[in-house]
Amino acid sequence: MLEVDVTQPLGSFRLDAKFSCRAAGITALFGRSGAGKTSLVNVLAGLSRPQRGRIVLRGETLFDSSRGIDLPPEKRRLGYVFQEGRLFPHLSVRSNLLYGYRRAPAAERRIGLDQVAGLLGIDGLMERRPAALSGGEKQRVALGRALLANPRLLLMDEPLAALDQPRKDEILPFIEQLKSELDLPIVYVSHSMQEIFRLADTLVLISNGRIEAVGAVEELTSRLDLRPLTGRYEAGAVLATTVAGQDKMFGLTELRFAGGRLRVPYLNLPLGQTLRVRIRARDVSIALTPPENISILNVIPCSIKEIGEEKSPQVDLQLDAGGAAIWSRITARSRAALGLQPGQQVYALIKSVAIDRQSLGQGLGRRPGAERFLAEDD
Amino acid sequence: MFELSPLETEALGLSLRVALWSVAGSLPVGLAMAWLLGRYEFFGKTLLNGIVHLPLVLPPVVVGYLLLLLFGRNGPLGAWLLTTFGITLPFTWEGAAVAAAVMAFPLMVRAMRLSIEAVDQKLETAARTLGASRLNVFVTITLPLIMPGVLAGAVLAFARSLGEFGATITFVSNIPGETRTLPLALYSLIQTPGGEAGALRLAVLSVLLSLAALAASEALARRLRARIGG
Repeated sequence: MLEVDVTQPLGSFRLDAKFSCRAAGITALFGRSGAGKTSLVNVLAGLSRPQRGRIVLRGETLFDSSRGIDLPPEKRRLGYVFQEGRLFPHLSVRSNLLYGYRRAPAAERRIGLDQVAGLLGIDGLMERRPAALSGGEKQRVALGRALLANPRLLLMDEPLAALDQPRKDEILPFIEQLKSELDLPIVYVSHSMQEIFRLADTLVLISNGRIEAVGAVEELTSRLDLRPLTGRYEAGAVLATTVAGQDKMFGLTELRFAGGRLRVPYLNLPLGQTLRVRIRARDVSIALTPPENISILNVIPCSIKEIGEEKSPQVDLQLDAGGAAIWSRITARSRAALGLQPGQQVYALIKSVAIDRQSLGQGLGRRPGAERFLAEDD
Repeated sequence: MFELSPLETEALGLSLRVALWSVAGSLPVGLAMAWLLGRYEFFGKTLLNGIVHLPLVLPPVVVGYLLLLLFGRNGPLGAWLLTTFGITLPFTWEGAAVAAAVMAFPLMVRAMRLSIEAVDQKLETAARTLGASRLNVFVTITLPLIMPGVLAGAVLAFARSLGEFGATITFVSNIPGETRTLPLALYSLIQTPGGEAGALRLAVLSVLLSLAALAASEALARRLRARIGG
C-alpha cells in the first residue's frame, strides 16, 4: 500500500492530498497543468517538504511530521524519471546507468545492467555521452538509470511530455513491458488520458491540489460526475475483455465481456488472454430494435443508465451492458427523435473498435507492438 | 639564444613559487566563497561580495599597506601568527604569496562563481533520487561540471599573481632572493643606470611565461569541455 496524507502551501493554492492505493502495477496521477501533480510527486520523492502529514510505502514511513520523520531523497529509494531526462552530461551512458545501481544496497540489486539494457534496447549506446543521444534514447537511458537504482517505487513525471509522437510510440512499449516483467510499482504522472488508458491500472484524479477520486481506470472514466476532470473529448469507456475466438477466414477476433461479444480486427493473441478495450463514445450509435441488413458486426443489447447534460448539438448516454459501462455520443436531435429515456432497452451499435492498450495478464515475453494494430482508427 | 643569468633564474623561480603557493592556498577558500555567493542568499551578502571584490578596485598600494597593518609584528593577526606558529609574513616570500593571493582572489572567485551558477541544479536533484548524499553529489556531479570554471579561476589567479607588484612591494618590500619577483626585479633594473637591456630580457620572459600559462589553461579547458559536452 501507498498511503499519502500531506498538505503543503503552493503559491496560489495548497496541495491537500490524501489517498491510499495499492503499491502495485501502474497508478496514474491525472490532472490538468498546475493541478499539483508534480508537486505531489516531489513530496513523495522527498524533494520538497510538506507542511504536515505522512507518507507510508509498504509499511515504511517515509515522512511523518508528527513523529519528526523525514527521510532524505537518497534514503527513500524511490526511482524518479523526470520529464527532461536529466542525464549527467559528463558521464557516459554506462556510468549514468550505473550511478544509482552502485549506490543501491547490494542485497536489493534485483535488476541488473544486462537486463535493463536488453529491455530498453540501449546495448549499443553504452560508451556514448548523453549529448550524442536522440530525445527518445535519452529518455530510455533515464528510465534505465532509475530502474537500475532498484527502487521500491518508480515515479514517472510525464516522461513522454517532451517527446514528439513517434518518440512516444518508441517509449510506451517499454513502459508496458516494465509492468509485466518487473515487479515494480509505478506512479505515472500524465495529463494525457491516451497514455493512461494504455498503461494504468489505478487512476488518481487531482484537481487544484486536491485528490478528487481514486479507483480503477475503467470505473473512474465511466463516471459521469468525473467527466469535467477526465475530459470530454476523450469520452469513452474501457471494457475488460477476454479473447474468446478467432475467425481466421475473415480476419476477426472475438472478445467476450460482461455485456456480450465484440468482434474486432484480427488480434494475434491466444484464447483466454485478457485485454482492455477502449470504446469511444462517438463510435457508438443507438438503435431501438436489433437492426438487420447492416454492416455493423457489433450489436450489444443494453439499457440506458444515465443521460448526460445536453451540450450544444450532442448528448452523451451511459449504457449498461450486463454491468459493463458503454458510452454513446449522439446528437440531441436523435435523442429527441427516438425519445430516449433512462431505463429504456436499446441496442448499441459499435461501428469500429479502438483498442488503446492491452492488459497483459500472464502472456509475458511477447513484444508489445506486434499486436498494436488498431489504435486510433480515424 | 636565451640563457638566464643567476639573478634572472632566481627571480623567475621565486615568481613561480609565489604564484603557485598563492593559487594553492587560495583555491579552497575561493571555491568555498564562490559556492557561498553563488548558491545562498543571506543577510550581508552584498557587503561580503563587496569585500571580496575590493582588491580589484583599490590601489594595490592600499591593499599592501592594509596587509602590513594586519600582519605586521604588532598587527592583530601578525602578532597571533608569530606567537602561535612563529610565522612572520612581512618581508618574506610567504608574505609575497599572501599579497598575491589577496590581489588575485576576486578574479578567482568570479570565474568559479559563474561556473557554479551555470550548473543545472536539477542534475543534483536527480543524483539525490539515485541514492547519492549531498557530499557525494558534490564530488561526483557538481565538481566535475564546474571544473572548467575552477581551472579558469586558478589560471587567472596564477597569471595575476605572477604580475603582482604594488601590494607586494608595500607589504614585503623588494629583497633580492626573498621577495624580488620578476616584476620587482624588472622595476629595480629600470631604476639602475645601464639596466635597460636586463629589463627588456625580463619583460620578454614575463610575456613568454604568461603566454605559456594561458595556452596550457586553454588546452586543458578544451579537453574538459569536450568531456562534458560529449
